[in-house]
Amino acid sequence: MSIYKDAKYMDVPFEEKQKLFDQVKGDMRWDHIFNGCYECGICVAACPSARFYDFSPRVFVQTLEREDIDTFYELMNDSVWDCSQCFSCTRCPRESNPGALITVMREVAVNNGLNSAKEALKAYSRIIYKIMSTGTQVAPDMLQPDAFPDWGPHVKEISDNLEYWRRALPPETLHTVELAWDVSVETRLELFMIWKLTGNLEMIENIDEGIFMILEEVMEELLEEHGYDLDDYENVIED
Amino acid sequence: MPTTTASSLPLKAEDRKFERNSPPPTEDYREQLFELEAKGEIEIIRVPEPYIEVETKYGRKKKIPLEHTWHHKSCGQCGHIPGYSTAIFWLNRQFGFDYHDPRDQTSCTAWNYYASATSNPAAQAAVAVRNFAQAQIDGYFPVIHCGTSYGHYKEVRAELIYSAELRKQVRAVLARLGKKLVFPEEIVHYSEWVHVMRHEIKKRQTRDFSNLTITVHPACHYHKLVVEDAIYDKDLYNGQRTAIVSGLVKTIGSKLADYSTWHDCCGFGFRHILVSRDFSRSFATMRKIEVMIEEANPDLTLTHDTGCVTTLDQSQFAAKAHGKKVGIPVMSDAQYAALAMGAHPFKVCQLHWHNMEIRTILEKMGIDYDKAWSEFEHQVDRIKSGEIDYLSWEDADA
Ligand code: SF4
Ligand code: SF4
Repeated sequence: MSIYKDAKYMDVPFEEKQKLFDQVKGDMRWDHIFNGCYECGICVAACPSARFYDFSPRVFVQTLEREDIDTFYELMNDSVWDCSQCFSCTRCPRESNPGALITVMREVAVNNGLNSAKEALKAYSRIIYKIMSTGTQVAPDMLQPDAFPDWGPHVKEISDNLEYWRRALPPETLHTVELAWDVSVETRLELFMIWKLTGNLEMIENIDEGIFMILEEVMEELLEEHGYDLDDYENVIED
Repeated sequence: MPTTTASSLPLKAEDRKFERNSPPPTEDYREQLFELEAKGEIEIIRVPEPYIEVETKYGRKKKIPLEHTWHHKSCGQCGHIPGYSTAIFWLNRQFGFDYHDPRDQTSCTAWNYYASATSNPAAQAAVAVRNFAQAQIDGYFPVIHCGTSYGHYKEVRAELIYSAELRKQVRAVLARLGKKLVFPEEIVHYSEWVHVMRHEIKKRQTRDFSNLTITVHPACHYHKLVVEDAIYDKDLYNGQRTAIVSGLVKTIGSKLADYSTWHDCCGFGFRHILVSRDFSRSFATMRKIEVMIEEANPDLTLTHDTGCVTTLDQSQFAAKAHGKKVGIPVMSDAQYAALAMGAHPFKVCQLHWHNMEIRTILEKMGIDYDKAWSEFEHQVDRIKSGEIDYLSWEDADA
């Protein structure tokens, strides 16, 4: 029984929920980040997300401790995306780490292609593409007025002057507009290979097939140009 | 047994005396790394000399290298607040230190990891180790500009120490790239370098900042995410709060002002700053900026991580439009230190990329805003006319 009166996922088979719970508990980080809960609420007092959302790190840890599978599944499909990943909750006197438990739950949600995870990441996929294909996550040309209307007119001033203002930076690596700094092609290729070798691309395929296809295409082209064959780089971490 | 008489009531913070009365609650990660090295499992990059030793949260000593540093840049700093990274390099150049600004560095990818979870421990560790292996090949010791990379690499270190399976996986991945499983003896954040250099910075101070009141936001991923590497000093906030940034402010001679929500995060939130910015904005202004103004009325707030500068600075625009009492300029410790040493506010510190009005603070620092801006614009005109391709370090200091 979920603790939520308006539980949304009671029709999902219990075995499916248990499977995901077991994956969270089976993660190599579990023993280091879960030590139970005193119900003291210190994590909630320190938590920024608890102030602005119906969100509680204590509920996460309590739910995991009680092995409340139905509530776990509700949290994993909803509240899990509200965490700010600030780790203010590492003040926990029981030495549990709610923020890290939430990271593991997010990973399991993504790995299993949950619809809620797909939904939560929809607006984020451009960033995933950027980091996976270029090796830097934030680019100067992301500063566009329509993307940051609440940051005021100075965003437009930057984007209008972007090319010259980038060239007016003394460090030679920073004269870039599409990348945060000038990442060498060899380095980008090595990063592509890491995604492939660690099964990271398969994770992306589960969550956003469109991004996966573009990534593979771009990667294959660049690798081929440099004499590599993407198929030589299979997942080496699978059991 | 303690009794609850009036004389034994809890002491006020300022009356408490800092004393360590128990051994560190964690095992020393250095010993664990060196044990793994002795078993041939991993190679450790030693902190090069010269270095300065400082005390961390649990009383252990940490070596901070002064030079021969490989600058692991931050994507958010380089992309959106480039005066932040420029100021770090400028400081190194002022001291004549040997440093390397690599092109063979990738972002740590932790922003994506914390925001989207579309990653796994092997990929994360491989990205970290690839960067470290490259630093070793280049012959330098990694210094991390980004607080999140710093925090995340400490997590990676714990995972690599704990899991033989993960070490095996990362070795296999790195071998395919022709690289080895290497890890630095210390994970060093650039703000730790600024901290240990603060007395040298003071010696070269050319601008008087004693009229400035400053609040400090300590970055979450610096002191909360794997807490034990962070630098503490018993003479600063009684050893109860990280000494980073605050130590610099005191050394430079500005007034360090406290405020009650110092432990709160900035509101960045990883996914929130991009897809739920109403949260970031509300938190940054209501829990940080407004409280700072109410309790300390600072001229400036300083912090030492990418997301914190961005969120605290950019969030104030909309709050101002709503008539909120906001409007504090926000900078990094590196930009503040560089300005104290005479750096140009636009050619070096690139403050035109920041959002909040900075004329007032620059004038309080003794800088002629209009003159400085026209000097910058003159350099931009030279680029536009084709006279020069880029602004050189020499022109930045001219
Ligand atoms: S990491 Fe998440 S749960 Fe922990 S304090 Fe921050 S927002 Fe709250
Ligand atoms: S701080 Fe720790 S023990 Fe206290 S409620 Fe949170 S998880 Fe439980």
